[in-house]
Amino acid sequence: MRRYLPYVIVAFVALATFGSGFVLYRAKRAALPPEAKGAPASGIHVRGKEDALVTIEEFGDFQCPPCSLMSRLLEKTEEEYRGRVRMIFHHFPLPNHAHAREAAIVAEAAGMQGRFWEMHDILYREQAAWSNAPDTPSLFNSYAGKVGLDMERFKKDLRDPAIAARVEGDHKLGESRGVTSTPTLFVNTVLLPASELNPAGLHKAIEAALPEKPKS
Amino acid sequence: MSKRSRDGARKNQAPSRGRVILYSLAGLFCLFGLADATYLTVMALTGETAACSGQAGCFEVLGSAYSKVAGIPVAAFGVAGYFTAFTFAMFAAFNYPRARKFFALAVGVLFASTLWLLYVQAFLLHAFCRYCLFSAAITFLLMGLVVASPAPRPSEK
Repeated sequence: MRRYLPYVIVAFVALATFGSGFVLYRAKRAALPPEAKGAPASGIHVRGKEDALVTIEEFGDFQCPPCSLMSRLLEKTEEEYRGRVRMIFHHFPLPNHAHAREAAIVAEAAGMQGRFWEMHDILYREQAAWSNAPDTPSLFNSYAGKVGLDMERFKKDLRDPAIAARVEGDHKLGESRGVTSTPTLFVNTVLLPASELNPAGLHKAIEAALPEKPKS
Repeated sequence: MSKRSRDGARKNQAPSRGRVILYSLAGLFCLFGLADATYLTVMALTGETAACSGQAGCFEVLGSAYSKVAGIPVAAFGVAGYFTAFTFAMFAAFNYPRARKFFALAVGVLFASTLWLLYVQAFLLHAFCRYCLFSAAITFLLMGLVVASPAPRPSEK
């Protein structure tokens, strides 16, 4: 009997590992928002190929004018380096921008219906309009309609504390990484200095990051 | 050697108490490593690696291009590695022939992979993930056990 004991132990551990991994996987999947389930990387907002050589992370504030300019530059950069660059967006609403946090929540609520990036783009594009508007909620609702959201669900999600917590979580993540202003960019985890937040600086940083492809 | 005589040889040379403790301890360490690697694999498969509970270092390491090989999470290789090491540790504890050699080989591969991953974190990413450091600590302990294990008796070779 003792002869078979190691086989029994190994089989038990294999089953326990597979079983616990499966249960954990099911639990984690169930907890993810719908957008995340179809996305290459989830819990955060990613645009581009998962195996892109360069990852640009932006800590942004939808009400910050330089962020709006940066979003256009990033869009062009994504086109230029198609397939080689992917974008990750984190919220970092600044307290001096009255509607920044609200806009971040709007984008997250759109994300719950798989329309984060569409809302991201429209919020930056229309920034001048909603930033100083007397009735921003109405404008946000019109953007939600424009990107094709289910309005009932959108309004319900806006009140969801989990969404606000996600925005807070992004802010804390930014703080833990030394972010104090927006936009802050990391190119393959390397902080892009404020003086380099321009087309030439971004281009240079991406070119420098490209040879970092792992040798396999 | 026939199966019966091989079993007989194993029975005649009952493992020393120290060796049983050593390989049981190694098995226990492997289980810790296995749990860590399984958790990281599940996180990678659900796409949570990039968020990683808000830990900056974890985010940078597990979201990097080095966290996958041919689309497979590196942690999944860790699961395979720790499970292999655990299997051989168990068989070595029960004095199966050649199990010690295969255990040492499996730990050697894990150790070499750990050194590479530590290099990536320290010099390429400039960030450390605490799950990865935990796994590295386990591998160093396993390597320590392999080095500390007594040489096999001539009849066991």
